[in-house]
Amino acid sequence: MQTLTNRAQPVDRRPMTFWEKLYLPAIAKGMGITFSHIFKKKATVSYPEEKRPFSPVFRGLHVLNRDEEGRERCTACGLCAVACPAEAITMEAAERKTGEEHLYREEKYAARYEINMLRCIFCGFCEEACPKEAIYMTETFAPSNFQRKGFIYGKDDLLIPDPKHPITVTKKD
Amino acid sequence: MTLLTIAIDWFYVIEKILLISAVLAASLVIAMYSTWGERKVAAWIQDRRGPNRAGPFGLLQPLADGGKLFFKEEIIPATANKFLFILGPSMAMLTACMTSAVIPWGDVLNIAGREVSLQIADINIGVLWVIMVVGMGVYGIMIGGWASNNKFSLLAACRGASQVISYELPMGLSLIALFMISGSPSLKDMVEQQRESGIWNVLLQPVGFLIFLICAFAECNRTPFDLPEAENELNGGYHLEYSSMKLGFYLFAEYINMFISSALMATLYFGGYHFPFMDSLGLSPNMVTILGIAALFLKTFAFIFFFMWVRWTLPRFRYDQLMKLGWKILIPLALVNMIITGAVVLYRSIGF
Repeated sequence: MQTLTNRAQPVDRRPMTFWEKLYLPAIAKGMGITFSHIFKKKATVSYPEEKRPFSPVFRGLHVLNRDEEGRERCTACGLCAVACPAEAITMEAAERKTGEEHLYREEKYAARYEINMLRCIFCGFCEEACPKEAIYMTETFAPSNFQRKGFIYGKDDLLIPDPKHPITVTKKD
Repeated sequence: MTLLTIAIDWFYVIEKILLISAVLAASLVIAMYSTWGERKVAAWIQDRRGPNRAGPFGLLQPLADGGKLFFKEEIIPATANKFLFILGPSMAMLTACMTSAVIPWGDVLNIAGREVSLQIADINIGVLWVIMVVGMGVYGIMIGGWASNNKFSLLAACRGASQVISYELPMGLSLIALFMISGSPSLKDMVEQQRESGIWNVLLQPVGFLIFLICAFAECNRTPFDLPEAENELNGGYHLEYSSMKLGFYLFAEYINMFISSALMATLYFGGYHFPFMDSLGLSPNMVTILGIAALFLKTFAFIFFFMWVRWTLPRFRYDQLMKLGWKILIPLALVNMIITGAVVLYRSIGF
């Protein structure tokens, strides 16, 4: 009979010999296999301590980026919110006042910017839609919280720290 | 009336009470850590790591498991017979702990001029006691399964009962062949005899040992003979309706049984507390005794590991295969082994 692959093995249907009927040699062979597995490399990754490497295109939680001078790049154009298939992003725009040029790069900025991480499907469309290269997806993943409202990330969760004006006062204080 | 005045040797009583407490504590602790060992061995064989979060190497895992079982809600089904329902696990635990009474854990220790035997009861029917108590152990399963008033539990209890009956016969027959060699059913005598000759019984009775080993697996309800607790066939087996520490008792009794069977196999076939060159080392008798205890426990742990190794290698028997193996293979084999042993013993004692 012609086989599709050369991996096919014909089944041996001969009656068992006395040696095979004893079963003990086969049992010993099986026990040898399991014993050799004791010394094999463990497949387990001890998760919180060690993590598997990510692929370079991994899409994790979002961050809002700043430019080289530490100013927010986001201009609240709303393209990310439009691109989002899960409708997870909302924002409110505000106009930059005089004297705030060191805070916001554009004349318009996002006064409120929220991503609902429970709705987000981590497709990365917001990252692609952004004309100002403001939103990026990181390798952080598996957020945890006790309440649903804890998964709605605001600007204070998303913005990366300002390299020029590092935050010294945290939310807890 | 002098016969009625019994002089009680209080040191003897204290010595025995201490020994009983020590053996009981040891078997409980070993059973506790067998659960940890079981999970570790299972994990290693399956290329995993096993419990490693509770304490170093997961050593506190049994405590966490025990604590969990104690704090679980205790449920007694409304249709169950309450008395028998509680009697079941108690019986399983009681019989599991009773067997250790006749095993010689070591030779005599010399403490302050007193010869302290490290065997709780050196009764001259030692092995018969073991068979009897192990046979009673199935009552725990039977009563528990029956009192649950649940068809799956009852089915498991029936399986357990018929399995233990089927495998007790070849076990007894293989032990008879051993008695013929040693000439005494006292475990202490058997060990002393192996010590004197320096030849362990496993060399004289390899087939008997194999039969005893297989039967020990069956009596402990361990894989490949774990039909009474076949989860996927019986929704959990005889302890299906049990919760909280009553379930814990059943699981615990299984591990104590495993420890005792391992100790028994080490005693009967592997020289007990005897180790090679025991009497020619030139050490003090107490030192030799302590090393002997260590040797016995080493052998026991090796057998416990073997139990676990087999469990994670072999699949479960089908019920008809179990019965066929017990009645059609093991019993005839044990009988032939007994006859041949008897003929050889007779030939060596009187010649022809």
